[in-house]
Amino acid sequence: MQRYQVILQRLLHLLPVLLGISIVSFLLVQLIPGDPVRLMLGARAPDEVVAAVRARYGLDQPILQQYLTYLENLFQGDLGQSIVYRKPVGELIMERLPRTLFLAIYVVCITIPSTIFLAITAARHQGRKIDHIITTSAVFGITIPVFWLGIMMARLFGVEFGWFPVSGYGNNFFGHLHHLFLPALSTAIWMVPVLVRNLRSAILEQMEADYVVAGRSKGLPEQYLFYYHILKNSIMPTLNLFGVMVAVLFGGTVIVEKVYAVPGLGDLMISSIFGRDYFVVQAITLFYAVVTITVTLAVDIISTIIDPRVKL
Amino acid sequence: MSLRNLPTTLFVGAGIFILWLVTAFCGPLLMGTDPNALNFEALLQRPNINHLFGTDHLGRDILTRVVYAGRIDIWMGFAGVLPALIIGTLFGLMAGYFGGVVEAVLMRVTDVTQAFPFFVLVLAIVAVLGPGLTNFFIAIAAVGWVSYARLIRAEVLVVKNAEYVLAAKILGYHPLFIAFRHVLPNVLAPIIVYAMTDAVLVILFGAGLGFLGLGVQPPTAEWGVMIANGQPYVTGAWWICLFPGLATVTLGLGFSLIGDGLAKHLRIKN
Repeated sequence: MQRYQVILQRLLHLLPVLLGISIVSFLLVQLIPGDPVRLMLGARAPDEVVAAVRARYGLDQPILQQYLTYLENLFQGDLGQSIVYRKPVGELIMERLPRTLFLAIYVVCITIPSTIFLAITAARHQGRKIDHIITTSAVFGITIPVFWLGIMMARLFGVEFGWFPVSGYGNNFFGHLHHLFLPALSTAIWMVPVLVRNLRSAILEQMEADYVVAGRSKGLPEQYLFYYHILKNSIMPTLNLFGVMVAVLFGGTVIVEKVYAVPGLGDLMISSIFGRDYFVVQAITLFYAVVTITVTLAVDIISTIIDPRVKL
Repeated sequence: MSLRNLPTTLFVGAGIFILWLVTAFCGPLLMGTDPNALNFEALLQRPNINHLFGTDHLGRDILTRVVYAGRIDIWMGFAGVLPALIIGTLFGLMAGYFGGVVEAVLMRVTDVTQAFPFFVLVLAIVAVLGPGLTNFFIAIAAVGWVSYARLIRAEVLVVKNAEYVLAAKILGYHPLFIAFRHVLPNVLAPIIVYAMTDAVLVILFGAGLGFLGLGVQPPTAEWGVMIANGQPYVTGAWWICLFPGLATVTLGLGFSLIGDGLAKHLRIKN
Protein backbone atom coordinates (compact mmCIF):
# COMPACT_ATOMS: atom_id res chain seq x y z
CA MET A 1 0.00 0.00 0.00
CA GLN A 2 2.76 2.35 0.96
CA ARG A 3 4.46 1.76 -2.35
CA TYR A 4 1.51 3.24 -4.23
CA GLN A 5 1.55 6.23 -1.95
CA VAL A 6 5.22 6.80 -2.73
CA ILE A 7 4.60 6.54 -6.45
CA LEU A 8 1.61 8.88 -6.23
CA GLN A 9 3.71 11.44 -4.40
CA ARG A 10 6.35 11.12 -7.07
CA LEU A 11 3.72 11.78 -9.74
CA LEU A 12 2.47 14.88 -7.96
CA HIS A 13 6.01 16.09 -7.77
CA LEU A 14 6.13 15.92 -11.56
CA LEU A 15 3.51 18.63 -12.05
CA PRO A 16 5.71 21.64 -11.17
CA VAL A 17 8.53 20.09 -13.20
CA LEU A 18 6.29 19.80 -16.25
CA LEU A 19 5.21 23.41 -15.78
CA GLY A 20 8.85 24.45 -15.50
CA ILE A 21 9.73 22.58 -18.65
CA SER A 22 6.98 24.35 -20.54
CA ILE A 23 8.24 27.72 -19.27
CA VAL A 24 11.81 26.98 -20.34
CA SER A 25 10.81 25.84 -23.81
CA PHE A 26 8.49 28.85 -24.13
CA LEU A 27 11.29 31.21 -23.12
CA LEU A 28 13.62 29.68 -25.70
CA VAL A 29 11.78 31.37 -28.53
CA GLN A 30 11.56 34.60 -26.53
CA LEU A 31 15.35 34.58 -26.19
CA ILE A 32 15.91 34.93 -29.90
CA PRO A 33 17.70 38.23 -30.43
CA GLY A 34 15.55 40.25 -32.78
CA ASP A 35 12.27 39.28 -34.32
CA PRO A 36 11.89 35.50 -34.69
CA VAL A 37 9.30 35.82 -37.44
CA ARG A 38 11.53 38.15 -39.41
CA LEU A 39 14.42 35.72 -38.96
CA MET A 40 12.35 32.77 -40.04
CA LEU A 41 10.82 34.41 -43.08
CA GLY A 42 13.99 36.16 -44.20
CA ALA A 43 14.85 39.81 -44.68
CA ARG A 44 13.03 40.09 -48.00
CA ALA A 45 9.59 39.09 -46.71
CA PRO A 46 7.08 41.96 -46.97
CA ASP A 47 5.99 43.61 -43.72
CA GLU A 48 2.37 42.55 -44.17
CA VAL A 49 3.35 38.88 -44.35
CA VAL A 50 5.48 39.22 -41.24
CA ALA A 51 2.60 40.89 -39.43
CA ALA A 52 0.17 38.22 -40.63
CA VAL A 53 2.40 35.36 -39.45
CA ARG A 54 2.94 37.10 -36.16
CA ALA A 55 -0.79 37.45 -35.64
CA ARG A 56 -1.42 33.86 -36.72
CA TYR A 57 1.01 32.52 -34.10
CA GLY A 58 -0.20 35.00 -31.51
CA LEU A 59 3.20 36.66 -31.27
CA ASP A 60 1.63 40.13 -31.15
CA GLN A 61 0.00 39.34 -27.80
CA PRO A 62 1.44 40.28 -24.39
CA ILE A 63 3.98 37.73 -23.18
CA LEU A 64 1.86 36.21 -20.41
CA GLN A 65 -1.02 35.78 -22.80
CA GLN A 66 1.37 34.13 -25.25
CA TYR A 67 2.52 31.69 -22.60
CA LEU A 68 -1.04 30.79 -21.64
CA THR A 69 -1.89 30.19 -25.28
CA TYR A 70 1.23 28.07 -25.63
CA LEU A 71 0.24 26.02 -22.59
CA GLU A 72 -3.31 25.63 -23.83
CA ASN A 73 -2.02 24.40 -27.19
CA LEU A 74 0.30 21.95 -25.49
CA PHE A 75 -2.59 20.50 -23.53
CA GLN A 76 -4.40 19.96 -26.79
CA GLY A 77 -1.38 18.17 -28.19
CA ASP A 78 -0.53 21.05 -30.53
CA LEU A 79 3.22 21.59 -30.55
CA GLY A 80 3.13 24.35 -33.15
CA GLN A 81 3.71 24.57 -36.86
CA SER A 82 6.90 24.03 -38.80
CA ILE A 83 7.56 26.96 -41.07
CA VAL A 84 9.96 25.02 -43.27
CA TYR A 85 7.91 21.82 -43.68
CA ARG A 86 4.52 23.57 -43.44
CA LYS A 87 3.25 20.78 -41.22
CA PRO A 88 2.30 20.48 -37.56
CA VAL A 89 5.45 19.81 -35.55
CA GLY A 90 3.72 16.93 -33.76
CA GLU A 91 3.40 15.09 -37.06
CA LEU A 92 7.07 15.66 -37.87
CA ILE A 93 8.11 14.35 -34.49
CA MET A 94 5.94 11.25 -34.79
CA GLU A 95 7.48 10.52 -38.19
CA ARG A 96 11.01 10.67 -36.80
CA LEU A 97 10.42 9.32 -33.31
CA PRO A 98 10.42 5.56 -34.06
CA ARG A 99 13.92 5.78 -35.52
CA THR A 100 15.38 7.63 -32.56
CA LEU A 101 13.54 5.34 -30.17
CA PHE A 102 14.86 2.28 -31.98
CA LEU A 103 18.37 3.67 -31.72
CA ALA A 104 17.97 4.51 -28.02
CA ILE A 105 16.60 1.06 -27.14
CA TYR A 106 19.34 -0.53 -29.21
CA VAL A 107 21.93 1.42 -27.22
CA VAL A 108 20.35 0.33 -23.95
CA CYS A 109 20.34 -3.30 -25.12
CA ILE A 110 24.07 -3.10 -25.81
CA THR A 111 24.84 -1.07 -22.70
CA ILE A 112 23.19 -3.07 -19.91
CA PRO A 113 24.71 -6.52 -20.55
CA SER A 114 28.17 -5.16 -21.27
CA THR A 115 28.10 -2.93 -18.19
CA ILE A 116 27.10 -5.79 -15.91
CA PHE A 117 29.62 -8.17 -17.48
CA LEU A 118 32.54 -5.75 -17.35
CA ALA A 119 31.81 -4.47 -13.85
CA ILE A 120 31.47 -7.99 -12.43
CA THR A 121 34.65 -9.12 -14.15
CA ALA A 122 36.57 -6.10 -12.87
CA ALA A 123 35.23 -6.36 -9.33
CA ARG A 124 35.83 -10.11 -9.00
CA HIS A 125 39.42 -9.65 -10.12
CA GLN A 126 40.05 -6.49 -8.15
CA GLY A 127 43.64 -5.28 -8.38
CA ARG A 128 44.58 -7.83 -11.01
CA LYS A 129 45.49 -7.29 -14.64
CA ILE A 130 41.98 -7.66 -16.07
CA ASP A 131 40.66 -5.11 -13.55
CA HIS A 132 43.36 -2.64 -14.57
CA ILE A 133 42.58 -3.14 -18.24
CA ILE A 134 38.86 -2.53 -17.70
CA THR A 135 39.26 0.50 -15.44
CA THR A 136 41.88 2.07 -17.69
CA SER A 137 39.76 1.60 -20.81
CA ALA A 138 36.88 3.12 -18.87
CA VAL A 139 38.87 6.30 -18.33
CA PHE A 140 39.60 6.41 -22.06
CA GLY A 141 35.98 5.69 -22.98
CA ILE A 142 34.74 8.76 -21.15
CA THR A 143 37.06 11.11 -23.03
CA ILE A 144 36.32 9.87 -26.57
CA PRO A 145 34.19 12.28 -28.63
CA VAL A 146 31.23 10.20 -29.74
CA PHE A 147 31.07 11.77 -33.21
CA TRP A 148 34.75 11.09 -33.83
CA LEU A 149 34.40 7.50 -32.69
CA GLY A 150 31.41 7.24 -35.02
CA ILE A 151 33.38 8.46 -38.02
CA MET A 152 36.38 6.28 -37.28
CA MET A 153 34.23 3.18 -36.77
CA ALA A 154 32.33 3.89 -39.97
CA ARG A 155 35.68 4.17 -41.74
CA LEU A 156 37.00 0.92 -40.28
CA PHE A 157 33.98 -1.40 -40.10
CA GLY A 158 31.90 0.25 -42.78
CA VAL A 159 34.41 1.14 -45.48
CA GLU A 160 37.49 -0.96 -44.78
CA PHE A 161 35.78 -4.22 -43.83
CA GLY A 162 32.39 -3.51 -45.38
CA TRP A 163 30.53 -5.17 -42.51
CA PHE A 164 28.01 -2.42 -41.83
CA PRO A 165 26.33 0.33 -43.77
CA VAL A 166 27.62 3.77 -42.80
CA SER A 167 24.44 5.76 -43.16
CA GLY A 168 20.66 5.50 -43.25
CA TYR A 169 18.09 3.49 -41.38
CA GLY A 170 17.23 0.35 -43.38
CA ASN A 171 13.86 -0.95 -44.51
CA ASN A 172 12.80 -3.65 -42.06
CA PHE A 173 13.58 -4.72 -38.51
CA PHE A 174 16.77 -6.54 -39.44
CA GLY A 175 17.74 -3.73 -41.74
CA HIS A 176 17.37 -1.32 -38.82
CA LEU A 177 19.47 -3.60 -36.62
CA HIS A 178 22.13 -3.75 -39.29
CA HIS A 179 22.10 -0.03 -40.15
CA LEU A 180 21.97 1.21 -36.59
CA PHE A 181 24.61 -1.14 -35.20
CA LEU A 182 27.51 1.28 -35.53
CA PRO A 183 25.56 4.32 -34.28
CA ALA A 184 24.31 2.32 -31.30
CA LEU A 185 27.75 0.92 -30.57
CA SER A 186 29.44 4.33 -30.64
CA THR A 187 26.85 5.76 -28.25
CA ALA A 188 27.13 2.72 -25.98
CA ILE A 189 30.93 3.00 -25.85
CA TRP A 190 30.36 6.46 -24.46
CA MET A 191 27.87 5.32 -21.79
CA VAL A 192 29.30 2.01 -20.63
CA PRO A 193 32.50 3.38 -18.99
CA VAL A 194 30.60 5.68 -16.61
CA LEU A 195 28.23 2.90 -15.59
CA VAL A 196 30.98 0.29 -15.26
CA ARG A 197 32.99 2.49 -12.91
CA ASN A 198 29.91 3.13 -10.83
CA LEU A 199 28.79 -0.50 -10.64
CA ARG A 200 32.29 -1.77 -9.98
CA SER A 201 32.81 0.49 -6.99
CA ALA A 202 29.31 -0.31 -5.68
CA ILE A 203 30.10 -4.05 -5.86
CA LEU A 204 33.44 -3.54 -4.13
CA GLU A 205 31.71 -1.58 -1.40
CA GLN A 206 29.07 -4.26 -0.88
CA MET A 207 31.71 -7.01 -0.75
CA GLU A 208 32.93 -5.50 2.49
CA ALA A 209 29.48 -5.38 4.04
CA ASP A 210 28.66 -7.21 7.27
CA TYR A 211 25.96 -9.36 5.73
CA VAL A 212 28.57 -10.80 3.36
CA VAL A 213 30.76 -11.81 6.27
CA ALA A 214 27.68 -13.26 7.97
CA GLY A 215 26.78 -15.22 4.84
CA ARG A 216 30.30 -16.48 4.44
CA SER A 217 30.55 -17.61 8.06
CA LYS A 218 27.25 -19.39 7.58
CA GLY A 219 29.00 -21.32 4.81
CA LEU A 220 27.15 -19.92 1.78
CA PRO A 221 28.92 -20.69 -1.50
CA GLU A 222 30.85 -17.67 -2.85
CA GLN A 223 29.02 -17.77 -6.21
CA TYR A 224 25.64 -17.67 -4.51
CA LEU A 225 26.76 -14.96 -2.15
CA PHE A 226 28.04 -12.86 -5.02
CA TYR A 227 25.18 -13.16 -7.47
CA TYR A 228 22.33 -13.38 -5.02
CA HIS A 229 23.37 -10.95 -2.30
CA ILE A 230 26.18 -8.65 -3.37
CA LEU A 231 25.08 -7.97 -6.93
CA LYS A 232 21.47 -7.40 -5.93
CA ASN A 233 22.50 -4.78 -3.41
CA SER A 234 24.99 -3.11 -5.73
CA ILE A 235 22.63 -2.54 -8.60
CA MET A 236 20.61 0.31 -7.05
CA PRO A 237 23.04 3.23 -7.37
CA THR A 238 23.88 2.17 -10.89
CA LEU A 239 20.20 1.94 -11.77
CA ASN A 240 19.72 5.53 -10.63
CA LEU A 241 22.76 6.66 -12.55
CA PHE A 242 21.36 4.81 -15.53
CA GLY A 243 18.26 7.01 -15.36
CA VAL A 244 20.49 10.07 -15.52
CA MET A 245 22.52 8.52 -18.32
CA VAL A 246 19.42 8.10 -20.45
CA ALA A 247 19.26 11.88 -20.66
CA VAL A 248 22.87 11.83 -21.76
CA LEU A 249 21.99 9.09 -24.21
CA PHE A 250 19.42 11.29 -25.94
CA GLY A 251 21.97 14.07 -26.16
CA GLY A 252 24.35 11.56 -27.69
CA THR A 253 21.85 10.32 -30.27
CA VAL A 254 21.44 13.85 -31.60
CA ILE A 255 25.03 14.00 -32.69
CA VAL A 256 25.32 10.32 -33.66
CA GLU A 257 22.28 10.60 -35.93
CA LYS A 258 24.07 13.44 -37.66
CA VAL A 259 27.25 11.38 -38.17
CA TYR A 260 25.45 8.35 -39.59
CA ALA A 261 22.72 10.30 -41.38
CA VAL A 262 19.96 8.52 -39.44
CA PRO A 263 16.80 10.50 -40.18
CA GLY A 264 15.69 10.70 -36.55
CA LEU A 265 14.64 13.42 -34.12
CA GLY A 266 18.16 14.70 -33.49
CA ASP A 267 18.77 15.02 -37.19
CA LEU A 268 15.51 16.98 -37.48
CA MET A 269 16.58 19.21 -34.60
CA ILE A 270 19.94 20.04 -36.19
CA SER A 271 18.49 20.76 -39.61
CA SER A 272 15.78 22.91 -38.00
CA ILE A 273 18.42 24.92 -36.17
CA PHE A 274 20.11 25.67 -39.47
CA GLY A 275 16.76 26.31 -41.16
CA ARG A 276 15.75 28.70 -38.34
CA ASP A 277 12.64 26.64 -37.85
CA TYR A 278 12.42 27.75 -34.23
CA PHE A 279 9.09 26.16 -33.37
CA VAL A 280 10.47 22.75 -34.34
CA VAL A 281 13.58 23.29 -32.19
CA GLN A 282 11.37 24.39 -29.32
CA ALA A 283 9.02 21.43 -29.65
CA ILE A 284 11.81 18.87 -29.92
CA THR A 285 13.56 20.29 -26.86
CA LEU A 286 10.30 20.03 -24.94
CA PHE A 287 9.74 16.54 -26.27
CA TYR A 288 13.19 15.32 -25.22
CA ALA A 289 12.55 16.68 -21.73
CA VAL A 290 9.23 14.87 -21.45
CA VAL A 291 10.81 11.61 -22.63
CA THR A 292 13.62 12.06 -20.12
CA ILE A 293 11.36 12.62 -17.12
CA THR A 294 9.24 9.66 -18.18
CA VAL A 295 12.32 7.45 -18.19
CA THR A 296 13.51 8.80 -14.84
CA LEU A 297 10.04 8.16 -13.44
CA ALA A 298 10.13 4.59 -14.75
CA VAL A 299 13.55 4.04 -13.19
CA ASP A 300 12.30 5.40 -9.87
CA ILE A 301 9.28 3.12 -9.92
CA ILE A 302 11.51 0.14 -10.74
CA SER A 303 13.72 1.15 -7.82
CA THR A 304 10.81 0.98 -5.38
CA ILE A 305 9.89 -2.43 -6.73
CA ILE A 306 13.43 -3.75 -6.36
CA ASP A 307 14.03 -2.15 -3.00
CA PRO A 308 10.94 -1.17 -0.99
CA ARG A 309 13.08 0.91 1.36
CA VAL A 310 13.63 3.51 -1.34
CA LYS A 311 12.09 6.89 -0.66
CA LEU A 312 11.46 8.88 -3.78
CA MET B 1 52.24 16.80 3.23
CA SER B 2 54.79 15.48 0.81
CA LEU B 3 54.39 15.02 -2.91
CA ARG B 4 55.09 11.32 -2.54
CA ASN B 5 51.72 10.75 -0.90
CA LEU B 6 49.86 11.99 -3.95
CA PRO B 7 48.40 9.31 -6.23
CA THR B 8 50.22 8.48 -9.47
CA THR B 9 47.16 9.24 -11.59
CA LEU B 10 47.33 12.83 -10.41
CA PHE B 11 50.90 13.15 -11.66
CA VAL B 12 50.17 11.46 -14.97
CA GLY B 13 47.11 13.67 -15.50
CA ALA B 14 48.93 16.86 -14.56
CA GLY B 15 51.82 15.80 -16.80
CA ILE B 16 49.53 15.30 -19.79
CA PHE B 17 47.80 18.59 -19.12
CA ILE B 18 51.05 20.56 -18.78
CA LEU B 19 52.38 18.91 -21.93
CA TRP B 20 49.30 20.10 -23.79
CA LEU B 21 49.55 23.56 -22.32
CA VAL B 22 53.18 23.89 -23.40
CA THR B 23 52.51 22.42 -26.85
CA ALA B 24 49.51 24.61 -27.54
CA PHE B 25 50.98 27.86 -26.29
CA CYS B 26 54.66 27.49 -27.08
CA GLY B 27 54.50 25.07 -30.02
CA PRO B 28 53.29 27.71 -32.50
CA LEU B 29 56.29 29.89 -31.57
CA LEU B 30 58.65 27.17 -32.74
CA MET B 31 56.73 26.08 -35.80
CA GLY B 32 55.72 29.55 -36.76
CA THR B 33 53.48 28.37 -39.59
CA ASP B 34 50.02 29.74 -40.14
CA PRO B 35 47.32 27.14 -39.28
CA ASN B 36 45.17 28.46 -42.11
CA ALA B 37 47.95 28.60 -44.71
CA LEU B 38 46.73 26.94 -47.89
CA ASN B 39 49.10 24.89 -49.95
CA PHE B 40 47.65 23.68 -53.22
CA GLU B 41 50.76 21.70 -54.02
CA ALA B 42 50.24 19.47 -51.00
CA LEU B 43 46.57 18.50 -50.98
CA LEU B 44 45.46 15.49 -48.93
CA GLN B 45 48.99 14.29 -48.30
CA ARG B 46 49.57 11.27 -46.11
CA PRO B 47 51.61 11.83 -42.97
CA ASN B 48 55.20 12.32 -44.18
CA ILE B 49 58.40 14.00 -43.14
CA ASN B 50 57.25 17.50 -44.16
CA HIS B 51 53.77 17.10 -42.74
CA LEU B 52 53.98 14.73 -39.80
CA PHE B 53 50.19 14.50 -39.47
CA GLY B 54 49.50 14.94 -43.22
CA THR B 55 47.52 17.71 -44.88
CA ASP B 56 43.82 18.31 -45.50
CA HIS B 57 41.84 19.00 -48.68
CA LEU B 58 43.15 22.57 -48.79
CA GLY B 59 46.72 21.56 -48.14
CA ARG B 60 46.68 22.88 -44.58
CA ASP B 61 49.10 21.18 -42.25
CA ILE B 62 47.17 19.02 -39.78
CA LEU B 63 49.86 19.12 -37.08
CA THR B 64 49.95 22.92 -37.05
CA ARG B 65 46.16 23.07 -36.92
CA VAL B 66 45.90 20.49 -34.13
CA VAL B 67 48.39 22.47 -32.06
CA TYR B 68 46.70 25.83 -32.68
CA ALA B 69 43.30 24.30 -32.00
CA GLY B 70 44.66 23.15 -28.65
CA ARG B 71 44.58 26.76 -27.49
CA ILE B 72 40.88 27.07 -28.18
CA ASP B 73 39.98 23.68 -26.75
CA ILE B 74 41.95 24.20 -23.55
CA TRP B 75 40.35 27.62 -23.25
CA MET B 76 36.94 25.98 -23.71
CA GLY B 77 37.68 23.72 -20.77
CA PHE B 78 38.36 26.71 -18.53
CA ALA B 79 35.89 29.29 -19.77
CA GLY B 80 33.16 26.67 -19.95
CA VAL B 81 33.67 25.45 -16.41
CA LEU B 82 34.61 28.52 -14.34
CA PRO B 83 31.47 30.67 -14.68
CA ALA B 84 29.23 27.69 -13.95
CA LEU B 85 31.43 26.77 -11.00
CA ILE B 86 31.36 30.26 -9.51
CA ILE B 87 27.64 30.89 -9.99
CA GLY B 88 26.78 27.40 -8.81
CA THR B 89 28.98 27.61 -5.74
CA LEU B 90 27.53 30.95 -4.64
CA PHE B 91 23.97 29.81 -5.22
CA GLY B 92 24.53 26.44 -3.57
CA LEU B 93 26.24 27.99 -0.57
CA MET B 94 23.40 30.45 -0.02
CA ALA B 95 20.76 27.76 -0.51
CA GLY B 96 22.46 25.27 1.78
CA TYR B 97 23.46 27.64 4.54
CA PHE B 98 20.48 29.97 4.70
CA GLY B 99 17.75 27.75 3.23
CA GLY B 100 14.45 29.53 2.76
CA VAL B 101 13.38 30.98 -0.55
CA VAL B 102 16.78 30.61 -2.22
CA GLU B 103 16.79 26.91 -1.44
CA ALA B 104 13.21 26.39 -2.60
CA VAL B 105 13.91 28.21 -5.86
CA LEU B 106 17.16 26.31 -6.38
CA MET B 107 15.50 22.95 -5.91
CA ARG B 108 12.74 23.74 -8.41
CA VAL B 109 15.21 25.12 -10.95
CA THR B 110 17.37 22.02 -10.49
CA ASP B 111 14.43 19.70 -11.08
CA VAL B 112 13.47 21.50 -14.26
CA THR B 113 16.98 21.87 -15.67
CA GLN B 114 17.79 18.24 -15.06
CA ALA B 115 14.68 17.17 -16.90
CA PHE B 116 16.33 18.30 -20.13
CA PRO B 117 19.11 16.27 -21.69
CA PHE B 118 22.11 18.52 -21.07
CA PHE B 119 23.36 18.55 -24.63
CA VAL B 120 19.90 19.14 -26.09
CA LEU B 121 19.30 22.17 -23.86
CA VAL B 122 22.72 23.62 -24.65
CA LEU B 123 22.05 23.01 -28.32
CA ALA B 124 18.66 24.72 -28.10
CA ILE B 125 20.11 27.77 -26.35
CA VAL B 126 22.90 28.04 -28.92
CA ALA B 127 20.27 27.62 -31.62
CA VAL B 128 18.34 30.67 -30.47
CA LEU B 129 21.34 32.83 -29.52
CA GLY B 130 23.25 31.96 -32.68
CA PRO B 131 26.38 29.87 -33.30
CA GLY B 132 29.77 30.79 -31.88
CA LEU B 133 32.05 30.29 -28.92
CA THR B 134 30.65 33.09 -26.73
CA ASN B 135 27.11 31.81 -27.02
CA PHE B 136 28.36 28.33 -26.26
CA PHE B 137 29.91 29.63 -23.02
CA ILE B 138 26.66 31.41 -22.14
CA ALA B 139 24.65 28.25 -22.76
CA ILE B 140 27.05 26.04 -20.78
CA ALA B 141 27.05 28.45 -17.84
CA ALA B 142 23.26 28.80 -17.95
CA VAL B 143 22.73 25.03 -17.78
CA GLY B 144 25.86 23.87 -15.98
CA TRP B 145 25.77 25.94 -12.78
CA VAL B 146 22.87 23.86 -11.51
CA SER B 147 24.97 20.74 -10.95
CA TYR B 148 27.54 22.71 -8.94
CA ALA B 149 24.85 24.36 -6.85
CA ARG B 150 23.25 21.03 -6.03
CA LEU B 151 26.57 19.47 -5.08
CA ILE B 152 27.62 22.40 -2.89
CA ARG B 153 24.23 22.53 -1.20
CA ALA B 154 24.41 18.87 -0.24
CA GLU B 155 27.89 19.39 1.22
CA VAL B 156 26.89 22.54 3.07
CA LEU B 157 23.96 20.75 4.70
CA VAL B 158 26.47 18.36 6.28
CA VAL B 159 29.07 20.94 7.24
CA LYS B 160 26.78 23.59 8.65
CA ASN B 161 26.10 21.54 11.78
CA ALA B 162 29.78 21.04 12.47
CA GLU B 163 31.12 22.23 15.79
CA TYR B 164 33.44 24.81 14.33
CA VAL B 165 30.48 26.48 12.65
CA LEU B 166 28.62 26.49 15.93
CA ALA B 167 31.70 27.95 17.60
CA ALA B 168 31.89 30.70 15.01
CA LYS B 169 28.21 31.45 15.61
CA ILE B 170 28.72 31.66 19.35
CA LEU B 171 31.62 34.02 18.80
CA GLY B 172 29.11 36.25 17.09
CA TYR B 173 30.54 36.32 13.59
CA HIS B 174 28.40 37.61 10.77
CA PRO B 175 26.51 34.77 9.01
CA LEU B 176 28.01 35.76 5.63
CA PHE B 177 31.48 35.67 7.16
CA ILE B 178 30.85 32.20 8.54
CA ALA B 179 29.42 31.00 5.22
CA PHE B 180 32.38 32.20 3.15
CA ARG B 181 35.22 31.85 5.62
CA HIS B 182 34.34 28.68 7.48
CA VAL B 183 31.83 26.71 5.44
CA LEU B 184 32.99 27.36 1.88
CA PRO B 185 36.60 26.13 2.21
CA ASN B 186 35.32 22.88 3.69
CA VAL B 187 32.91 22.08 0.87
CA LEU B 188 35.11 22.92 -2.11
CA ALA B 189 36.90 19.58 -2.49
CA PRO B 190 34.13 17.60 -4.23
CA ILE B 191 33.45 20.59 -6.46
CA ILE B 192 37.01 20.68 -7.71
CA VAL B 193 36.93 16.96 -8.46
CA TYR B 194 33.63 17.39 -10.28
CA ALA B 195 35.02 20.38 -12.21
CA MET B 196 37.62 18.10 -13.80
CA THR B 197 34.97 15.70 -15.09
CA ASP B 198 32.93 18.68 -16.17
CA ALA B 199 35.89 20.09 -18.10
CA VAL B 200 36.06 16.85 -20.11
CA LEU B 201 32.34 17.07 -20.86
CA VAL B 202 32.53 20.75 -21.79
CA ILE B 203 35.40 20.11 -24.19
CA LEU B 204 33.50 17.19 -25.73
CA PHE B 205 30.36 19.32 -26.10
CA GLY B 206 32.33 22.26 -27.46
CA ALA B 207 34.00 20.03 -30.02
CA GLY B 208 30.59 18.48 -30.71
CA LEU B 209 29.07 21.87 -31.42
CA GLY B 210 32.07 22.73 -33.58
CA PHE B 211 31.51 19.47 -35.43
CA LEU B 212 27.85 20.35 -36.03
CA GLY B 213 28.85 23.80 -37.28
CA LEU B 214 27.32 25.59 -34.27
CA GLY B 215 30.44 26.23 -32.22
CA VAL B 216 33.73 27.72 -33.33
CA GLN B 217 33.31 28.78 -36.93
CA PRO B 218 35.62 27.61 -39.71
CA PRO B 219 38.26 28.31 -40.90
CA THR B 220 39.41 28.73 -37.27
CA ALA B 221 41.16 25.54 -36.22
CA GLU B 222 39.24 23.70 -33.49
CA TRP B 223 39.29 19.93 -33.04
CA GLY B 224 35.56 19.42 -33.61
CA VAL B 225 35.62 21.68 -36.66
CA MET B 226 38.62 19.81 -38.04
CA ILE B 227 36.88 16.46 -37.59
CA ALA B 228 33.85 17.83 -39.47
CA ASN B 229 36.16 19.10 -42.24
CA GLY B 230 37.74 15.69 -42.56
CA GLN B 231 34.54 13.65 -42.54
CA PRO B 232 33.85 13.85 -46.30
CA TYR B 233 37.41 12.71 -47.04
CA VAL B 234 37.67 10.06 -44.37
CA THR B 235 37.57 7.13 -46.82
CA GLY B 236 40.78 8.18 -48.52
CA ALA B 237 42.36 10.52 -46.00
CA TRP B 238 41.74 9.13 -42.52
CA TRP B 239 44.47 11.31 -40.98
CA ILE B 240 42.43 14.52 -41.18
CA CYS B 241 39.94 13.12 -38.67
CA LEU B 242 42.22 10.85 -36.69
CA PHE B 243 44.61 13.38 -35.17
CA PRO B 244 42.19 16.02 -33.87
CA GLY B 245 40.20 13.18 -32.30
CA LEU B 246 43.29 11.78 -30.59
CA ALA B 247 44.09 15.29 -29.38
CA THR B 248 40.65 15.57 -27.79
CA VAL B 249 41.04 12.17 -26.14
CA THR B 250 44.46 12.96 -24.68
CA LEU B 251 43.47 16.37 -23.32
CA GLY B 252 40.31 14.84 -21.84
CA LEU B 253 42.42 12.05 -20.37
CA GLY B 254 44.60 14.65 -18.66
CA PHE B 255 41.60 16.26 -16.97
CA SER B 256 40.04 12.89 -16.10
CA LEU B 257 43.19 11.57 -14.47
CA ILE B 258 43.66 14.77 -12.47
CA GLY B 259 40.06 14.38 -11.29
CA ASP B 260 40.54 10.71 -10.40
CA GLY B 261 43.78 11.42 -8.62
CA LEU B 262 42.27 14.27 -6.61
CA ALA B 263 39.26 12.14 -5.70
CA LYS B 264 41.49 9.33 -4.51
CA HIS B 265 43.72 11.69 -2.55
CA LEU B 266 40.88 13.57 -0.87
CA ARG B 267 39.06 10.40 0.10
CA ILE B 268 42.16 9.04 1.77
CA LYS B 269 42.54 12.27 3.65
CA ASN B 270 38.98 12.20 4.82
